[in-house]
This record gives sequence, C-alpha cells and structure tokens, in this order.
Amino acid sequence: MPVESVYPALEPLLPSVRKPIQYVGGEVGSVVKDWDAADVRWALCYPDAYEVGLPNQGIQILYEVLNERDGVLAERTYTVWPDLEALMREHGVPQFTLEAHRPVAAFDVLGFSFAAELGYTNMLTVLDLAGIPLLASERADCHPLVIGGGHAAFNPEPVADFLDGVVLGDGEQAVLAITDVIREWKREGCPGGRDGLLLRLSTIAYIPRFYDVSYHADGKISKTVPNRQGVPATVSKHTLMDLDAWPYPRKPVVPVAETVHERFSVEIFRGCTRGCRFCQAGMITRPVRERSITTIGSMVANGVAASGFDEVGLLSLSSADHSEINEIAVDLADCYEGSNIGLSLPSTRVDAFNVTLADELSRNGRRSGLTFAPEGGSERLRQVINKMVTEEDLIRTVTTAYASGWRQVKLYFMCGLPTETDEDVLAIAQLARKVIAAGREAAGRRDIRCTVSIGGFVPKPHTPFQWAAQCTPEVVDARLRALGGALRADRGTAKSIGYRYHGGQDGIIEGLLSRGDRRVGRVILAAWRDGARFDGWSEHFSFERWQQAAEQALAEEPVDLAWYTARERDYSEVLPWDHLDAGLDRDWLWQDWQDSIAPEGAAEVEDCRWTPCYECGACSAMGTEIQVGPTGERLDGRRLLPVVGGR
Amino acid sequence: MPNPAGPHPAGNGAAVPAVQHLVVRYAKRGKMRFASHRDVARAFERGVRRAGLPIAYSAGFTPHPKISYAGGAPTGVASEAEYLSLALTARQNETQVCGQLNAALPDGIDVIDVTEAGAGGSSSAGSGSASSGGFGHLEASAWRMVLPGVTPEEARRAVAGFLARAEAPVERLTDKGVRRLDARAAVVELTVIDEAGFDGCAILRMVVLHTAPAVRSEDIVTALREQDGIAPSSPPMITRLAQGQRAQLTGQALPAGEGVS
Repeated sequence: MPVESVYPALEPLLPSVRKPIQYVGGEVGSVVKDWDAADVRWALCYPDAYEVGLPNQGIQILYEVLNERDGVLAERTYTVWPDLEALMREHGVPQFTLEAHRPVAAFDVLGFSFAAELGYTNMLTVLDLAGIPLLASERADCHPLVIGGGHAAFNPEPVADFLDGVVLGDGEQAVLAITDVIREWKREGCPGGRDGLLLRLSTIAYIPRFYDVSYHADGKISKTVPNRQGVPATVSKHTLMDLDAWPYPRKPVVPVAETVHERFSVEIFRGCTRGCRFCQAGMITRPVRERSITTIGSMVANGVAASGFDEVGLLSLSSADHSEINEIAVDLADCYEGSNIGLSLPSTRVDAFNVTLADELSRNGRRSGLTFAPEGGSERLRQVINKMVTEEDLIRTVTTAYASGWRQVKLYFMCGLPTETDEDVLAIAQLARKVIAAGREAAGRRDIRCTVSIGGFVPKPHTPFQWAAQCTPEVVDARLRALGGALRADRGTAKSIGYRYHGGQDGIIEGLLSRGDRRVGRVILAAWRDGARFDGWSEHFSFERWQQAAEQALAEEPVDLAWYTARERDYSEVLPWDHLDAGLDRDWLWQDWQDSIAPEGAAEVEDCRWTPCYECGACSAMGTEIQVGPTGERLDGRRLLPVVGGR
Repeated sequence: MPNPAGPHPAGNGAAVPAVQHLVVRYAKRGKMRFASHRDVARAFERGVRRAGLPIAYSAGFTPHPKISYAGGAPTGVASEAEYLSLALTARQNETQVCGQLNAALPDGIDVIDVTEAGAGGSSSAGSGSASSGGFGHLEASAWRMVLPGVTPEEARRAVAGFLARAEAPVERLTDKGVRRLDARAAVVELTVIDEAGFDGCAILRMVVLHTAPAVRSEDIVTALREQDGIAPSSPPMITRLAQGQRAQLTGQALPAGEGVS
C-alpha cells in the first residue's frame, strides 16, 4: 500500500517556524528507500530537537545497520519545536520522518533512543502527533510497535505504560533480531496479532505488559513477575562483541542545519571499568571492548571523506584509556597534519598524560580550553565515589595544560554526593584557587582562567548509588551558594574563576524519572498534558509544573516526589528495575555501596583491565569478556609521546 | 591573538596561496529553499571538502576555507541565481569543479555553472573582483512570486496601486526590533505574468534593487497586502530568478507589459 508524503501539507507551515531546515531532510548520507520494496520499516526517533538528535551516535549506527539490509527501511524523526507542533495540530499534519516525510504511524516499528530521562515528555509529543495512542494497552494491530532503548531505558518502568518493548544494551544486533521476528510474523499472516508478536519478541526485548508489579501497603514494590507462560523472569542486556566487525558510522548523515556537535565521531571503545560509583554508563556498558587502531584509522579516514566534517571526535567514556591511545593520537595527528582537520578527545581524565594527548591532537589548531572532571571537591569525597584523583594529580595536570599553552581549564563537579558535607563542597574553592596559582606560575602570565561547573548529583539505577538518598534541593542550593561566595571571596583569584551551576531543583525531576516505578508514568502524562515539552532545556523546564503533576497523579498513592528521590533504600527493598539484568551482580553492587560509605573511609575498586577480575558479574552473567589491545599495529607514524603522568 | 606558548601559528593550508578564484552560480531549490544563508555556507564548506577541492584557508588560529558569498536569498526563498567565489590553491577545470560540487552537495543546493573570476565568461557575475569577495555588480535581482489564493485580477489591481504610489512604508520584525523601510523605492519593475498552473494563483515578476537596508520580496508582499488589499491564503512562494546589473534584468517580462523601467 503506498504511503503518501505529508510534505505538501507541511510545506506551507514552514515559512512561519524557526529554523525550518531542520524539518526538510535531504541531508547527504540520508537514505530514501522504496516503501513497497521493504517488508520491515523502522522509524527511529531521538526524542529531542533535530539539533541535539542528529549527532546522536546510537541512532546513526542503527540507521545504517538497518538500511544496509535488503527489505528493511529505516527513517528518522525528531521532536518538533512547540511553534511547529502548534501549527501541525491546527492543520492536522501528523508526525513525519525526514527522509520521505512519511507519517510515523505507517511504520512497523517506532524506536526511541533515550539518552536521558528528560526526553520522556518529548516521546509523548511524538506519539500524539503521530496519532498513536499514548498508552500501549490502547494500541491496535495497525499501530507501530513502540520500542525504547538507550541508557535511560535500563529503568524503563516510568515509561512502561507507553512502550510495547524495551531493548537493554547494545542495539546493533538487537534491531536485526527484532526485524527478523517481525518479518517472520508478518509472513505467517500475523498470528496472534500484536500480542502474538510481542510474545515472540519477549526473549529479545523486555515487554512491560507481560509483567505485573504488585506493591506493599507502604508503597514499596512487593514483586515484579511475568503474567504469562514463556516469558523470562528477568530480561538481560545485549552486549556487542568484536566492535571491529561493526565499524559504524560508515556513511554519516551530514546535517545542513546547525547541530550541537559538528564533527564526525568514532567510538574508540565501548564500556568503562574505572568503577566510578555514580556513573551509570560505566556500570551498564561493561566490559570494555576496544576497536583496534587500524579500524579506528580507517573509520576516521572514511568518515572524513564521506562527511566533509572538519573535526573528528575520538569518542568513549574515557578515551585516554584505550590501550593504544598514544599510537592513535600520534598517527592520526601525523595523517592529518596540514589538512585543517581537527582531532579531539571529548572525554579526558585528570591525568597529565591526557594533556599530552590533547596537545598532540591539537597540533595544528587552537588551544582554547580543556575539561576535567574531578567530580568531588575533597579527596575524601573522591574516594567515596571511587574517582581516585589526588589534589597533586589535579595540580600536575592543569600545570601541564597551562604550561603547554592551554588558556582555560574547566572543572566539573557534582553536589549532593553520598556522605558529602558543606566542607567537601567548599574544598572546591580552595582547589580552584590552587589551580589558578599553579597555572599563573606555569604559564608565566595572569590571564589564564579556570571555570568551575557543578550540578546536583542524581542517583542512577544499576549503580552502587542506586540505594542512596538524593540530596534535597534546599541543601544543594545552600552549598552552591556557599561555594559561589567562597569563589568570590578571594580577590586575588576571583576574576580568573568562572562559576556555572545547575540548581538543586533541576535534578529532582531527573531523579524521579531515573529511579521511578510504573506509577511515575501517570506523573509524566500529567506533566505532558499540562504542557511539559523539551524538559532537558532550562528555558522550557518548569519544576513547579512537575511538582504539581506529581502531587495530582500520586494523590491516591502512599508515595510522593520525596519518597522517590530523597529516600535511602535498604538491601531488601525490591527496586523497580530488579527484573532487568545489566549484568551487575546485585550483591556486588550492594557491597560496593557499603564500601563507599564505610565510616573508616571508602575502599577503592581498581580497574579490571589491569587488575584481576573482582566479579562484578557483567562478563560471567552475559558470557562476555574484556576485549582490549595492544595490537602492535601502527597507522603511519612511528613516534611515541613521552608519558608524563602514567596510569 | 597569537599565543607564544601555543602550537605553530597559522595552522596549515594558510601558508598556501590561492592561485585561482572561481565564481559559482548555484540554485537553492525545493526543500533546500528553507536553508538559511549560514546553512548554505555550512553545506558548501563540507561539500568542498567532500569534493576534495584544493580550497585555500585563511590565516590565524582558526583557519576557515576561503569562500565568499554574495548576499543570499532569505530563508524560505528559492533561488536560481546565488553566487559565491572559491579561492583555490591549485588550478582546476571549471566544468569538473561544477560536477564534483554537485556530486558532493545535498540535492537542492545545485551548482549551475562555474566560471573563472575576471574571465568575463557567460555568467552575469563573471566580472568584478571575486578575489576580494566583491560582488558589487550584482546591483539588482529579478524575482518570481506565486501568491496563493490571489487571482490575477486582484493582483493586477494591487500592482497598479503599488506602482502609482510614491512610497510604500512597511515594517519588518527583525532580531534587532521593528525596522521601517520604503518597499516602493527599491522596485524598478513589477508585473503580473500570465502563466498557467498553481490553481489560477497570481504570479508576479519583479526587479528589485539591492539597497541598504535591503528591501526583501516579503516586504513588497507586506505592502501589497496592507496597502493594496491582496490577501494570500498562505505564504507566497518566492524564487530569485537572476542577479546582475539593473539594465540586464529589466524589460524581460513581456506578457503583461506593465513594467516601469
């Protein structure tokens, strides 16, 4: 059945909206396939504005993986801004894809990638504009399957009512497996209807409707159990092994519109085992799987040629940890010397060697700013979060940076970490002053700068801090105010130190959505009905709206906003995501949580890449293993950087 | 500002001088009419790199490819006559550059022809000093404008009213606030052309001088709407047909014959 483009209806609306180019598609690298030649059709959605969603690696990878297959079609859709949303509602134009402006409701699957919880209301906008019932239970056979994935989907319970299925972990193989199941089911004449299809998918994806959640009188969860035969009691994450066999993106979509990351990114490894206790990404993506230097080299060369981008990002959770990062940096810098192609490491650790790497990668370019994330202001607190950075490390690192010509250093911190006191946060001011003093000496000039950036800590599922109480906005705000005062107090350095912060309220709703259960779905719906859109954007986010929505939607329940956020959980409490397996052993997580808050001081967890396995569970539960080099291969150069700090 | 402790100043390609300047005439068509001037610039910078052209770079710490642009058609307005010039560090064949760019650019940002600057080729932008980014000879543009929901009769009446006016003050909301302009002063020719299609909508052709501040075709629509009583049912479809010297552009719209020049 042919599906008509909605573009003729959309086009007259575009002259009246901001940045209309984001709605027209036609980018180099985008793929328009024949609708009728495909038997499984995916609409892939990043539930935020185009400028944020387009650079997302996850969507880009799945888009290519799906479109490379015969008989499979994948198109992209993003959340439209409120100006276009209003016009689309007025003129009856449905949510569309960018490739061929097809109505999203015509696809077999609508896949959402949730990098962050604050995109949930945007998902509702997309569903509603598409004409797809918001509640999965109200969808008929004719509606697309609505599937969620991405890091936030590791606790999908707050959006369980809106999703038909949830994929945990790496999507490359999962989307192909889902495609095969759908194709087979359609070929057989759709036996069992929507329910029949979901049952077949229940070993690949978590199907929320096949699980019932019951609660105790005090509001805590009693259990989450399958409500039918053949459905697994726990659903496991997918882990892609041998990243060299999956060298995506190969043909990046190159936007005409301006986006937040204007570069071609290559993921040099996936996973991180540094063991930072606050970091969800580092827990749910284990084990570390590296791409080899030669694959990275060819992906960069190919991506630059195919995209025309003038910047390459070497992406990962801690890029300097690649076993051959030294060789990668030198060889790529050699390859691109004189080409006006910039190279960058978006995530750097507090480590002088990282500065040497950044120097090498910026050989041709400007040295404006470097960013480091000590996360905690005092050494004690950094031990609690297992971010083992001493003050000496930090000073040595920034000294190296300022001495080699970097003018500005940004330092990221969190406020409200477990066991944190006012003194821990005030220690940031002392640290910043020492950074400036060391920097002035190293650079031999006074015009160097340091920016302190700080936000409230949000405890995340599948981390040792999943049991922790989230610090209240009042406490966070008081500490942020005190820190601001302390930074301004020293006249000798105040003008060299910038201060940026996110207030305490911002993190509370993220906290609700991160550790919420299915009852939170009603809050999301109420907030969206009240107009919540683009909650990740401070100019659109309203704490009061969410607070009201929570009060309303949870009025009949023994739980409230503070119950979900400010309450510490104990070992025996059933957590909303306990039936979802990220590979981490629950008792290991609990022990690590206990170790972190031990009165005698936190115990350190080392990195299993260079110490023996400590049985976090990820590899044994999933049948995976650490995949790291060195391979001994080189790209072009034969020179190595002096290692200053060392691991 | 130079940074003594920083990396080698002047980056890379900056040291290589430009040996050829090519003037590119390109179109903004279809969906790409919604590209802004900056969007088009971004597409060309990436397109030039994708095409592998030996583009020259500016000096300094953030070298930029040396591409200079003549004033672009506004966002939402299509064009058959946009101009830019490329500074190249090695001589290239114009026809090949045209093909390479078209293979590398998104559909809808289409290169029409490429001529060497100062060679006096067929392009109306071929003269002038493109090496300095000068497009001074582009003193006027011819535009075509489809007015949805407006009959040719209504349009003729409005155009006659507009042309009879000594001035047509309009206001446009810009980022810097409300701007007042005289839409009439820049118009040297305005006619309703007879052309089938578009559901019987009126189609205007006009020649408008590039004044400062610029009078846009949308300002002329505003004047026609507010002062001469037309009411388009949706935003007009506007296309820039040509750019060049005033004398080259006027007197071409023969059918309705109401032009003033």
